[in-house]
Amino acid sequence: MSTSPQPGMRAPMRDRGLDVRVKSAQEAAYQIRMGVLEQGEAQGEGYVGQALGAADLLAVAYTDQMHLDPANPDWEDRDRFLLSIGHYALAVYSALAEAGTIPREELTTYAADGSRLPMSGMSTYTPGMEISGGSLGHGLGIAVGTALGLRHQGRGRPLVLNLLSDGELDEGSTWEAAMSASHFQLGNLIALVDMNGMQADGRTEDVMRNEPQVERWESFGWHAQRVDGHDVEALIRAFDEAAEGASPTGRPHVIICDTVLGKGVPMLESREKLHFMKIAEEEWPLCKEQLTAGHRSDETEEDVR
Amino acid sequence: MSTSNTAEQKPLRSAAMIASIADPGVETTRAPFGHALNAVAARDERIVGLTADLGKYTDLHIFGREHPQRYYQMGMAEQLMLGAAAGMAQTGLVPFVTTYSVFATRRAYDFLCLDIAEPELNVNVMAALPGLTTGYGPSHQATEDISILRGMPNLTIVDPADAVDIEQAVPQLAAAPGPSYTRLLRGAVPRVLHEYDYSFELGKAKLVRPGTDVLLIASGLMTMRALLAAEKLAAHDVDVAVLHCPTIKPFDAETVLAEIDSPRLTLTCENHTVIGGLFESVAAALARRPVGRPVHPIALPDEFLDAGALPTLHDRYGLSTDAVVARVLTELDAQG
Repeated sequence: MSTSPQPGMRAPMRDRGLDVRVKSAQEAAYQIRMGVLEQGEAQGEGYVGQALGAADLLAVAYTDQMHLDPANPDWEDRDRFLLSIGHYALAVYSALAEAGTIPREELTTYAADGSRLPMSGMSTYTPGMEISGGSLGHGLGIAVGTALGLRHQGRGRPLVLNLLSDGELDEGSTWEAAMSASHFQLGNLIALVDMNGMQADGRTEDVMRNEPQVERWESFGWHAQRVDGHDVEALIRAFDEAAEGASPTGRPHVIICDTVLGKGVPMLESREKLHFMKIAEEEWPLCKEQLTAGHRSDETEEDVR
Repeated sequence: MSTSNTAEQKPLRSAAMIASIADPGVETTRAPFGHALNAVAARDERIVGLTADLGKYTDLHIFGREHPQRYYQMGMAEQLMLGAAAGMAQTGLVPFVTTYSVFATRRAYDFLCLDIAEPELNVNVMAALPGLTTGYGPSHQATEDISILRGMPNLTIVDPADAVDIEQAVPQLAAAPGPSYTRLLRGAVPRVLHEYDYSFELGKAKLVRPGTDVLLIASGLMTMRALLAAEKLAAHDVDVAVLHCPTIKPFDAETVLAEIDSPRLTLTCENHTVIGGLFESVAAALARRPVGRPVHPIALPDEFLDAGALPTLHDRYGLSTDAVVARVLTELDAQG
């Protein structure tokens, strides 16, 4: 295991121009979404809505922000991405493919027998998957331990990211971890909250209200930002602010991302049953067409501007 | 010593949280776990200690004093503690985490299972107040902890008898790659096994005392009681063997079955409910092999136990030395 940067290592893109970074991350987000649809199609159903909704923040995390060595996912100075919401695994697999850790063509094995890509994310199956999530409320506590462990060994630099869902905020263990992160001054910890407004039994505001978010995290001693989770430029700025503020003795950071389930595929955004989507065989090509059409029109808009 | 109360005696007091399991006159050692961990930590920089607001009551404060930079107070948050220990282990550290057995098992099971056992991390849970070792009542009596945990894959379960067992187990747990759960005896811990030609070996059962009439298969503090009972039974011309099984999982079925395969009266002795602990581990091993010998359990009943003074409760539920002696004599009589 190496402790120094290697030729294949991906470094954060913070020294590039913002417009270049935005363009690059938008393209990555498109590829991640397409990978999500390919996985969903192979299975016929899945947590496609959440995965499409989280694609932009995953694109920014995996291709713009994190220190990674795609060829060596266990490189000990890597930034860590902890997915506690295991059912978003297909989005992370897609991001890992985009980052180069797993081959793109492997995505079609998603949730098939014998695959390295199980339906819920598990560290024992997939290179680059840091934890076995799926039972909610675990990620932030493990992230606290990872951040403490890195600091304990004098390796405070790697960032520890944890993607949480808004439904996960119901779990008390999340708040045990939030309280401890500021107690231990874990400035190298960044929590990402995917606020898509839906959980298994329905709308989050009906199941268990969790606003106001920024104030709650701030009251726990965190540096909190709230952004449109599909505004790639805003995401990059928020990540930059969190990462630049990252120090072994600072405040932990949270980026609360307002997202839309099924984002990028209009026919899915408007579905009534959004939590676990069944999509008919003949609908998948249409989903991909809509995704590509939307991505191209965004590009055109950018170019016109 | 008989501890049953007569009308003239004043009732014993619970003194719940500092109840000692040492019988009168038995040699004890202070905080063997804390000192053993210090010894391991002196030569292994990966060792860290975490506690959930019970450092002083699990002997981890001994480690905290010696190694303040390696001591993490996680607050009264067992789920966080186990999750954080998993995160630390993933960065290459070897965490020893402490709390009471009831909180590690009942409250934080999912975190032990998914964060630690599934990825097979070297996290060692040292859980105090196992079985009936406090008179505080069911909130603190972990009478079913082994039963809860035996079904968890990858987890090693250790039920040490005394200070000797604990001192020898700690370095072996640190060296073993996977996760473990140890039923920790803390405070003034009896020291008995040094009088026998015994050494702790993770995963192994050891015949501590030979005997021709009766075989007591024991774990945890009941090994100490079984040895004391064996001495008393010698006065009754009963020759008692004691087989100590400090590792409940993986279970050393081979050694246990080899000892059971004899005409001796055989009993198990455990500080745990009769359901899902040592007795049922032995029974499961017996059912798989054609040894065909009966085994009788000495164990806690399948019920929530009373609050009260520990000696009183150990008498009431059959775990005291005198109760073990009486039970063996009764079973011998029944055999005819």
